[in-house]
Amino acid sequence: MDLNTLIPQKLKEKFPATDFVISDYKDELTIKFDKIFILDVCRFLKTDVDLLFTYCTDITAIDWATRKNRFTVVYNLFSLKHSFRLRLKADVDELDCKIDSVSSIWKGANWQERETYDMYGIKFNNHPDLRRMYMPEEFEYHPLRKDFPLMGVPGSLPLPKK
Amino acid sequence: MDQLENEIHPKILEALLSAKNDYTLDDALENEMVLNMGPQHPATHGVLRLLLRLDGERIIGCVPELGYLHRGYEKMAENMSYYEYIPHTDRLDYISPMANNVAWVLAVEKLAGIEAPKRAQYIRMMIAELARIASHLVAIGAFAMDVGALTIFLWTLREREKILDIWDILCGARFTNSYTRIGGVANDAQPEAIAKAKWFIDQFEPNLSEVEQLINTNRIFIERVDGVGVLSKEDAIDLGFSGPNLRASGVEFDLRRNVPYLCYNEIDFKIPTYTEGDCLARYFLRLDECRESAKIVKQILDKMPAGPVQANMPKKVLPHKDEVYSKMEELIHDFMIVNFGINPPEGEIYHAIEGSKGELGFYLVSKGDGHPWKCKIRSPSFNNIQSLPKLVIGHLISDVVAIIGSIDPIMGEADK
Repeated sequence: MDLNTLIPQKLKEKFPATDFVISDYKDELTIKFDKIFILDVCRFLKTDVDLLFTYCTDITAIDWATRKNRFTVVYNLFSLKHSFRLRLKADVDELDCKIDSVSSIWKGANWQERETYDMYGIKFNNHPDLRRMYMPEEFEYHPLRKDFPLMGVPGSLPLPKK
Repeated sequence: MDQLENEIHPKILEALLSAKNDYTLDDALENEMVLNMGPQHPATHGVLRLLLRLDGERIIGCVPELGYLHRGYEKMAENMSYYEYIPHTDRLDYISPMANNVAWVLAVEKLAGIEAPKRAQYIRMMIAELARIASHLVAIGAFAMDVGALTIFLWTLREREKILDIWDILCGARFTNSYTRIGGVANDAQPEAIAKAKWFIDQFEPNLSEVEQLINTNRIFIERVDGVGVLSKEDAIDLGFSGPNLRASGVEFDLRRNVPYLCYNEIDFKIPTYTEGDCLARYFLRLDECRESAKIVKQILDKMPAGPVQANMPKKVLPHKDEVYSKMEELIHDFMIVNFGINPPEGEIYHAIEGSKGELGFYLVSKGDGHPWKCKIRSPSFNNIQSLPKLVIGHLISDVVAIIGSIDPIMGEADK
């Protein structure tokens, strides 16, 4: 069966209580759902023998600036068996800026989540080592947020002590 | 320890010391030592900083620190039109800028629904493969140099210079090329460039064999890298390895074959794989890939169709400068594209190519404006460096240098 229909069908069978929003743009299947299910859905997608999304290509976030749920965390997954790309999305609100970490499922997600945390300030629960990826630890801001100015904040990056 | 905390940030130190390891210490206080390697270390390929926790000379903990070359390219992309960003992709993986150009324009074309003409696609394939050869030559040379065989670097760079000369003819720049355009390439490949590429491919194979003989008969090199830094197939997939490093661990995965883009399905090529997953396998794999790429370029040059090199979509594709200066309509389009951008429809795409280091992908979100709402660079080096702690633990300090050289990280790409 075509994976474009098989994946939504399997997910609906496995998680009947979850509301999956499925979209398909330019042949890229995207599935959006509530963030509390992220760990279970990811584990299912990785271990299910028909799907086997063993490769976590990329994790990032989008800042929608003015929307109610300000951030969307995006997971780009890949199935080496089927050569199929899948995108998962989960909304995260600014006031409750947390989502479960999937680094227990894919080890490679570790740094990608750290990068997302550094750039957007989204905290990943149960992450083994949630430090900043690029910016110094003392840095107060999250550069890829839309309210961070392109020119940077003067004085936010102090020179190292001699 | 108090003194350490003054020099290293406490959080980094905590990450280093809390790392679980299987190595028991006889007397932790006597033996343990924290060593800072980089960011200004000749063997870290740029500005990679490693904090190593040592028991004698054996590594029991490793924390890589990134960000010394972070320029915020994702933030800049959000404030730039799609055309303006092309030169910035050169600075990602600065060893093979042509491949980055190709990756960016393919992603934008997918987002905006543009298809480049056949000849442009063939030219792009040619430059992407030449970029792969150029990058692997640096990787092999620098790897051998890291381990102590200095001559090889000069030999591989000599070959690389010839590729840079081809790029010089193609687009007038040897290093930061910015040769591709959305909907095609900047200008048609000149007959001189094609001839030079043909000449290069013909003389490349014997020269590469010379390099290979020089390395393969070097017992010091072989013994220093054989069986060092082994990563199993499962770990390689789990850690997000890609490109030559993944294939050296026994996964036969190549985006050119598995998710074909451009015209790779019209080309006959093999995907070299090794099962050992150690530094030596990664070196052999790069050699094999150089040969395969040379074969691909040969086929491309034979099959190269004639025709235009820019798509005929005046509202999306920049017209040629001659036309802008002489025709009204083109001048208007040029003005609109430069000032307001190409405004792809609302949507999001992810497109990846098999870059020379691995899967180089761009995730783009458009809100219908002239500039992307979000641009995420999926850089292979970033994910490859992530496996360093796993690879180096249990080895000696001198092996760290060999392992870094073998996974071939480029910090411009890893730090963005």
